[in-house]
Amino acid sequence: MEKKRIITRREAIMSGLAAMGGLLLPGCTRVGQLPPTYGNILRMGDALTYAAHRSLLPGQSLVREYSHRDISSFPATGTLNPGDSSRPNHSELYAKLHHGDFRDWRLSVEGAVARPGLYSLEDLMRFPSKKQITRHTCEEGWTAIAEWQGVTVRRVLESAGILPSGRYVNFFSFDGWADGIDMFDALHPQTILAYAMNGKQLPVPHGAPVRLRLETQIGYKSMKYLQRMVVTEKFDDHGDAGSIKLGWSWYNGI
Amino acid sequence: MFRWNSVTFKEQADHYHMQHSHLSSTGGHSLWVRACHWLATIAFLLLAFTGIEILMVHPRLYWGETGNDLTPALFELPISRNYKHQGWTASRAFFNEAGSPVSAGRTYDIFNQNGWGRSLHFLAAWFLVATGLAYLLLGAFSGHFRRHIVPARKELNRRSLWSDIVSHARLLVPSATGGPQYGLLQKITYAGVVFFALPLMVVTGFSMSPTITATFPFLLDLWGGFQSARTIHFFATIALLLFLFIHLFMVIRSGFRSQFIAMTTGNKYGKEKDHHAP
Repeated sequence: MEKKRIITRREAIMSGLAAMGGLLLPGCTRVGQLPPTYGNILRMGDALTYAAHRSLLPGQSLVREYSHRDISSFPATGTLNPGDSSRPNHSELYAKLHHGDFRDWRLSVEGAVARPGLYSLEDLMRFPSKKQITRHTCEEGWTAIAEWQGVTVRRVLESAGILPSGRYVNFFSFDGWADGIDMFDALHPQTILAYAMNGKQLPVPHGAPVRLRLETQIGYKSMKYLQRMVVTEKFDDHGDAGSIKLGWSWYNGI
Repeated sequence: MFRWNSVTFKEQADHYHMQHSHLSSTGGHSLWVRACHWLATIAFLLLAFTGIEILMVHPRLYWGETGNDLTPALFELPISRNYKHQGWTASRAFFNEAGSPVSAGRTYDIFNQNGWGRSLHFLAAWFLVATGLAYLLLGAFSGHFRRHIVPARKELNRRSLWSDIVSHARLLVPSATGGPQYGLLQKITYAGVVFFALPLMVVTGFSMSPTITATFPFLLDLWGGFQSARTIHFFATIALLLFLFIHLFMVIRSGFRSQFIAMTTGNKYGKEKDHHAP
């Protein structure tokens, strides 16, 4: 009976290895650089997921957009107000800007761009606006649908002039958080700097005056309370301000 | 009369075994079956463990596309301190109309270990998917499915099904065979696990990925939305855990030691070394 087997053990192992190689090879060419793994097996799994998504899924597919009647209740979690003085590491500056209805707020666009600069809310609103009703998917397991209005990250980066060396776009927030996304996600047509939610000025618990909406990833990548947007050539884990040091995945397409 | 006496039990079971000659074994588990079995076992245990941790972070299940603490749940599970916590600011309506969706801020420090929980879940999922693909290909091309897993048409009749159900109900478990052939209910169960339950887990898992559903939005339509996929993912887990307990029970009843050795070494009689075999 043993001799009648169609697939020998060696053939099975070899074809398995070949298939794995076939999976990883395009990852090396299309992904460019993988996020660091720090020798941590969990981070290796995250990197494999990132490489697989970038190499096996086609282009920049658009996430589903919903209709107005699909808009749902929406919890605000994490920081609810960076200016709240009862919070450790609260931001005096944010409290002051909030008091002035964010008229003096500026988004600093820096790094590998030809024209670094400061953008006020009015500046951002002068760009063509993008409205989208999308699903927010929290890593905790809940989902909510809201309408977001803003300007695509792409439009702002083009206005600032991305240098050819730019590979990552990093965001810094008033609540001390820092995180980055790759250029693939930054230039996605639905990746926007949102200044309005459900037809009104973005509420403070949801990230006023401007938050990121990164629809192709899990909720916590859509950072609230934006202060700076920095284009870099190299991957930056942002140390204690970033998610990796706290044991969270950098890429969250799942 | 069947009695809970180990000697009598074994005699009865072996008598049953002899009467059902289709249960006679043809060979031990082949290497790839054993490798896939244990890889999938490790992956499944890790997935179940981290899956429970992930569920504990938000122990509420819903139907449709959306669901959160501010919307009604299908049901809630009292499995962490996050269960029905009341740490919310006053809710504010988004629109000036009756029944408008609302927002409220969470003021409660929830249980959340999803940093390692999610990454380990997806790492184990990679092992399960890789093992599962290898298993499905090898099983299809080697004839393993045809010969050992999918019930033959002639076995599939009401009489043999009924007699197998009755013997299972009476806990008449034959001694360890250390490999195929399997009984009718056993085949149906294994086929259900490898062709239905595990693929369902993977596909409902994919349906919760924002990137994958951007490329394949039909995954959301298939279940009726993200939260429906999550709820089906939960019930399929319950079904698989139930399978695990019954499987373990049957393995223990038929001789844990020899079954374990057979699934690890491939020796069909479950002996530790070949030269001990008759």
